[in-house]
Amino acid sequence: MIDVLSLGGAYALMALGLVIVYGILRLVNFAYGELIMVAGYTMYLTSGSGLPWLVMAAVAVLMAIVAGIATDYVAFRPVRAKSVTAVLITSFAFSTLLQNAALLFISPRPRNVPLPEIFSVTVQFAGVITPARNLITIAAAVVMLALFSWLMRRTVLGIAMRAAATNFTMARMLGVPANLIISSAFAISGLLAGVVSMLWIGRIGAVVPGIGLEPLLIAFIATVIGGMRSLQGAVLGGFLLAFMDTTLNFTLPQDLLKFRDAFTFSLVILILLWRPQGLIKGPASGQRT
Amino acid sequence: MAKNLVTITILSGLILAMVVATNLLGVRLFDRLAINLCISLVLVLGLQVFMGNSGILSFAHIGFMGIGAYTTAVLTIPIRMKGMSLPDLYPIVAGIELSPYVAILLGGLMAATVAAVVSYPLMRLSDAAAVITSFALLVVLHTVMNNWSEVTNGPRTIFGLPRATDLNLAAGAAILAVVTAVAFKESRTGLLLRSSRDDEVAAGAMGAHIPRLRWQAFILSALFAGIGGALWGHFITSFSPKAFFLKETFVILGMLVIGGANTVTGAVFGAIIVTVTFESLRALEAGINQAKIFSEQVIGLTEIVLALAMIAVLVLRPGGLFATYEIGTLLGRRTGKKEDG
Repeated sequence: MIDVLSLGGAYALMALGLVIVYGILRLVNFAYGELIMVAGYTMYLTSGSGLPWLVMAAVAVLMAIVAGIATDYVAFRPVRAKSVTAVLITSFAFSTLLQNAALLFISPRPRNVPLPEIFSVTVQFAGVITPARNLITIAAAVVMLALFSWLMRRTVLGIAMRAAATNFTMARMLGVPANLIISSAFAISGLLAGVVSMLWIGRIGAVVPGIGLEPLLIAFIATVIGGMRSLQGAVLGGFLLAFMDTTLNFTLPQDLLKFRDAFTFSLVILILLWRPQGLIKGPASGQRT
Repeated sequence: MAKNLVTITILSGLILAMVVATNLLGVRLFDRLAINLCISLVLVLGLQVFMGNSGILSFAHIGFMGIGAYTTAVLTIPIRMKGMSLPDLYPIVAGIELSPYVAILLGGLMAATVAAVVSYPLMRLSDAAAVITSFALLVVLHTVMNNWSEVTNGPRTIFGLPRATDLNLAAGAAILAVVTAVAFKESRTGLLLRSSRDDEVAAGAMGAHIPRLRWQAFILSALFAGIGGALWGHFITSFSPKAFFLKETFVILGMLVIGGANTVTGAVFGAIIVTVTFESLRALEAGINQAKIFSEQVIGLTEIVLALAMIAVLVLRPGGLFATYEIGTLLGRRTGKKEDG
């Protein structure tokens, strides 16, 4: 149960980071996984500096935010008005760019990332023994989700973003600055990616250039299951996917377990065909900019 | 139509010229390069048939390339090598050893069949949903290839394919692909499909059955991909499922985008430009690595350049180098003007 919650929390944050950009732009950011990679490598690069772990983590999250905004400037803004295909290709290209930059300038081999003690101890909680990092993940997910919903509901920025997601043209006419909103969406996406990165790397303990692929795929499935346009849907999708993964891990016979990804992705295709809006329908779709 | 013939002649002439030049030079390295280029041409043209005419981005293409390659592998690996190369193969197919040329065709047909069965319902989707499903399809195909040990030897390398792809065969396939792609583009189906690309609602209102049109293009495209994959398999002779995933998708997509997805000319020139740049950068990388200028190996430089080029092309010239007109039309126009003046 704690496994499901902790995995679900991480998945939900990943999905949220993807859906916040999708909600406004109707475009998938294929470079999302690389934001996670950027945060991971920042951790690796700062590990020699002797700073306390929390400072390093903060720097890493900051770098992910910067990378998120850079995605907007490099891959999205110049071609946003032209065509859907163009943006998807540029974001794909940007993702490859970052990945190979890591290959070229750092190393293709995994690099160890410093982790504080607490990630590796196990604790007894409510009668079960569980790694402390699961509890940290749950706590981080709860805090981030609370912060996020406060931001979206109570602040001017959040309200403007939700307005932009509902009807972008109308929001612009009412004086919402388009570029600022989109950039902040990318910044938030980067923030979430940074936090996810800490939790994800906490499980693995090392960072490789291809680390972003799995979280990206997970975020993909979770958003499709939950609803591409709805923030609550993304969170729900994340938890559902975690539940599904864990159950499949226990119930599928060994031969079929290898094909788990094939099953989940077939599910994605089926959902997109039969219920494209996902479990929770988002706001009525407006025109893309 | 004359201008289409001009297009076909120029593009095939280009390929033929390359073959002749390579034969005259007789350098082994160029031979490899030229074969590689021809195979890329088949693959890129396959992607162009679907993407250029329907306007939908497809990531699944490389998956079909994989199907073609594995089909021909299962059918052509010599019987005595099968025990080593594919230890878990089903006994029914274990005794089969076909000529590579037949098997290449069968590989294409297999890819087309899989595409036909899987893709019909997917063709209703457009925009982001279509892209995501094709991406999901690629992951599904990759997972299957990675784990179906009986046929693909799992994530391990499969080896022992007879080396059947020579320059003439590859060039022949490339020329055939050029002709088919132009013919399809100008056919009734191609025309209807292009109208649906430019305005889906209007084309639908005029009675175009858009899902069926896209489906036909997708099958043809998968056929190309399967043949391309099979040719590649007989060229490289050993490969693993890793060869059919995101990195290769990216390269093929890069070729098409830089050249211009909407035209056959664009696909051909994109493939040529990217292959040549890619190989020279590869050589540069290898040179740097050999000279040991840096302490670590230099990897990934090629992909970085390609990514930058793709972004630059999309920003500055969103349609690619040849955005709307085929080379035949462009030339016809220029001479037409001269006659006027």
